Amino acid sequence: MEYLSIFVKGIFIENMIFAYFLGMCSYLAVSKTVKTANGLGLAVIFVLGITVPINYLLENYVLKEGALAWLDPEFETVDLSFLSFIMFIAVIASMVQLVEMIVEKFAPALYGALGIFLPLIAVNCSILGGALFVQDRQYPSIGEATVFGLGSGVGWWLAIVAIAAIREKIRYSHVPAPLKGLGITFIITGLMGIAFMSFMGIEI
Amino acid sequence: MSTESTPKESLFSKKNRKLLSDPLSDSNPITIQVLGICSALAITVQLQQAVIMSLSVLFVLIGGNVIVSLLRNLIPDRIRIIVQLVIVASLVIIVDQVLRAFQPDISEKLSVFVGLIITNCIIMGRLEAFALGNKPGPSFLDAIGNGMGYAWILLVVSIVRELFGSGAISLPGMGQVKFLPQEWFISNGGFYENNNLMILPPMALVTVGIIIWIQRSRNKALIEEN
Repeated sequence: MEYLSIFVKGIFIENMIFAYFLGMCSYLAVSKTVKTANGLGLAVIFVLGITVPINYLLENYVLKEGALAWLDPEFETVDLSFLSFIMFIAVIASMVQLVEMIVEKFAPALYGALGIFLPLIAVNCSILGGALFVQDRQYPSIGEATVFGLGSGVGWWLAIVAIAAIREKIRYSHVPAPLKGLGITFIITGLMGIAFMSFMGIEI
Repeated sequence: MSTESTPKESLFSKKNRKLLSDPLSDSNPITIQVLGICSALAITVQLQQAVIMSLSVLFVLIGGNVIVSLLRNLIPDRIRIIVQLVIVASLVIIVDQVLRAFQPDISEKLSVFVGLIITNCIIMGRLEAFALGNKPGPSFLDAIGNGMGYAWILLVVSIVRELFGSGAISLPGMGQVKFLPQEWFISNGGFYENNNLMILPPMALVTVGIIIWIQRSRNKALIEEN
């Protein structure tokens, strides 16, 4: 039940886009058609599902104060947490690179769908944000951290597919000329955010 | 690096002034280039946080732009993204440690968003688009211009949100300055009530949307096709 609660919370209540604005750059740039939005969304779920547990392990067995104690009791007082930004971003950039190569080799069809989006993801704030939230919130086990990663990935995917569908339709509406494109997308995202706030307080 | 044979340009030539002034309006990083939205929206509940965030981004942007511009002929093209990320991450670590040491409350409030300066698209975007192909001098000016362009949007959004959302503005070093007399509020028998909607995250998006609207109705050349 704990897992389900974290998962649902990640999708609806603490949605990466509507509550924290993470990954807005690619959200605004790649949401012109549903097809590409779907591809990028799936790639984000995929990469978050992989990098969040890895960064969780890194945080808990290398970086945190006393985390190196498993190596030698002498390291009990070592605190490397100031290195966490650089380690997380290095893990993310190299994992994205690795995932790209593996997917290209073993699942060419998936690569065809996600391929062009994977390099974009290394600098998507939601991936680093996922790692930093896990560090911030101190999840008790790797299972919970992974479920959180997947949940926020699904939330991000949902948001970008929804806005892409709206943008496809809004092309046929009479939007005031200065608001066309970027402006109206901002305002619609705000309205969607207000709608998503009604999920607040749901407990499972 | 080869020395230039062209006459030396002064630092404040017309071209360089343009580097500074363009990002403030016609190529604003947030409203036109659509870079760095993530952090711009999340930390604009209070003016104080927005000021600290703008200064941090300005510092990282200037540092990153100048360092990458100095190294631009040494960085191999294939690994440039990771080199840039390492430079930016090191600068952000400095900012984070300084904030933790001198402004612990604000550092607590900004939480993960200090770390997210690393993936702030403004920084990577300017490094890729400008610093990799230009000398340190212009890169420095470009960084200041874009940093200021980012900062003014942040300041406007946070002033609007804080003023209407909590009826006060928190100036750095002065605490919250209240503008309305306390007896005006409904809770004290008056007629005025703060608009709590402004504090919620979605209103940041709407506020930026309105800034874009005003900007594009003043300058018709910026209007998009669809």
